[in-house]
Amino acid sequence: MIKRLLLVLGLPVVLFVTWYAASANSENFYAPPLRQILAAFVDTWTPERLRADVLPSLARLGAGYLLAALIGIAAGVAIGANPRLRAAAEPVLEFFRAVPPPVLVPVIMLFAGIGNGMKVIVIVSGCVWPVLLNTVEGVRATDGVLADTARAYGLTGAARLRHLLLPSASPQIIAGLRQALSIAIILMVISEMFAASNGLGFTIVQFQRSFAIPEMWSGIILLGLLGFGLSELFRLAERHALAWYHGLRDAQRRS
Amino acid sequence: MLEVKGLRKVYRSGSREVEALRDLTFTVAAGELVCLVGPSGCGKTTLLRCIAGLLGPTSGEVTVGDRSGLAIVFQEYGRSLFPWMTVRDNVDLPLRQKKVPKARRRELVAEALTAVGLDGTESAYPWQLSGGMQQRVAIARAVAYEPSILLMDEPFAAVDAQTRADLEDLVRSLWQRLGMTILFVTHDIDEAVYLGQRVLMLSASPTVVQDELTVDLPAERDQLHTRADPRFVTLRTRVYSQIQAAKTGTASGAAGELSSADR
Repeated sequence: MIKRLLLVLGLPVVLFVTWYAASANSENFYAPPLRQILAAFVDTWTPERLRADVLPSLARLGAGYLLAALIGIAAGVAIGANPRLRAAAEPVLEFFRAVPPPVLVPVIMLFAGIGNGMKVIVIVSGCVWPVLLNTVEGVRATDGVLADTARAYGLTGAARLRHLLLPSASPQIIAGLRQALSIAIILMVISEMFAASNGLGFTIVQFQRSFAIPEMWSGIILLGLLGFGLSELFRLAERHALAWYHGLRDAQRRS
Repeated sequence: MLEVKGLRKVYRSGSREVEALRDLTFTVAAGELVCLVGPSGCGKTTLLRCIAGLLGPTSGEVTVGDRSGLAIVFQEYGRSLFPWMTVRDNVDLPLRQKKVPKARRRELVAEALTAVGLDGTESAYPWQLSGGMQQRVAIARAVAYEPSILLMDEPFAAVDAQTRADLEDLVRSLWQRLGMTILFVTHDIDEAVYLGQRVLMLSASPTVVQDELTVDLPAERDQLHTRADPRFVTLRTRVYSQIQAAKTGTASGAAGELSSADR
């Protein structure tokens, strides 16, 4: 138990101490001592600030991510379960996936303005691809014997979707959702850097432009912590949802 | 009752055609236990899939009455149980789909699991069980469905010999108790003779019914005595020689003589 704790905490502590010690006497205006950054962190990220800037960011992130998940899974199941549709759609999907979403921000701004809608669309436009492509793969890989069994027992339509296709593709779907999560955080920040009046990305750029360097750094640290927290949450959810899958894999490895 | 008439199945891939089943005609009476044997690759699985409605025949017809009265047990138990569901949910799902009321479902699931000797595993996942137990779950699922016809596709080919003997006895006792029609496909000649009231022998592909044999062993069978019974040995020899003949493509011949001597 203690050994595990040491392993988990070891590297973060070493990095923190190194940064702290190395920057302690820093005269560089752009790389202030960590001591100063931490002080700025406490002063900057007050509850009001969290409510005014972090909450809107998280709301956009949540909306964009959920929408992308919904669209990605729905379209992915449709394409994965239908060979003809898949043949028609796959090259197009690969093309869209290859377009880096940040370059779409100016385009999306032209159509969707600079409000929350634009930011949500930017997040969706980037997050939907890993979910969609992984869902297609997952649905396509549904075991033939299992599909026969389902058919023989009259599982068709919605029941087939719910009891066969979705659970059987869930390991891949969740892998796609994990990729999408980090993309969503990146796009949340980027979309707020372009045109916004609040949000984490906006605030960090604002600090940088007004040469509030320790505050800027503190914002970056907050973003890192946020990403870490979300991915831990995701891991917990995944462990719960895919308990059967990990158990199955362990059982197969043992035999 | 199960009736197969002039069943033919041709697989087409591009310009290539493979005739898997040529012309199959047979009936299985209601409540009968019939075993189907044939050399490997003779289209046994294709036949079963046609009967189950999973595959459309090229010509001919299959009459099974109501398809919702049909249950199937596959050879690949590891791939025919839903790994994300507990044993109970696996058995329960087809019943839910059939819109059986909840109280009745609970009864059926409990009865079926007891019948296959799996009490106390309701909350386990299939992959936590041994191969033989997983196949028992698949059998329980089929039994709980209360089918009038039960199709079994080499169900015991992938379990060890002792488990296999237990499962054979399980199938016979379930059949005697519940009185459903069973079509049991196997490549194991001893298994076919031990289990069946009648054995249908298929030829090599393209497949026809090569011969058929009524197993006139007593209804009460057990692994030790039945398999040592001289009558059992005669019957299995006859089936064996027919299958050998089917492999080389010479129908009847020596086997025919033996069978006429039998009669």
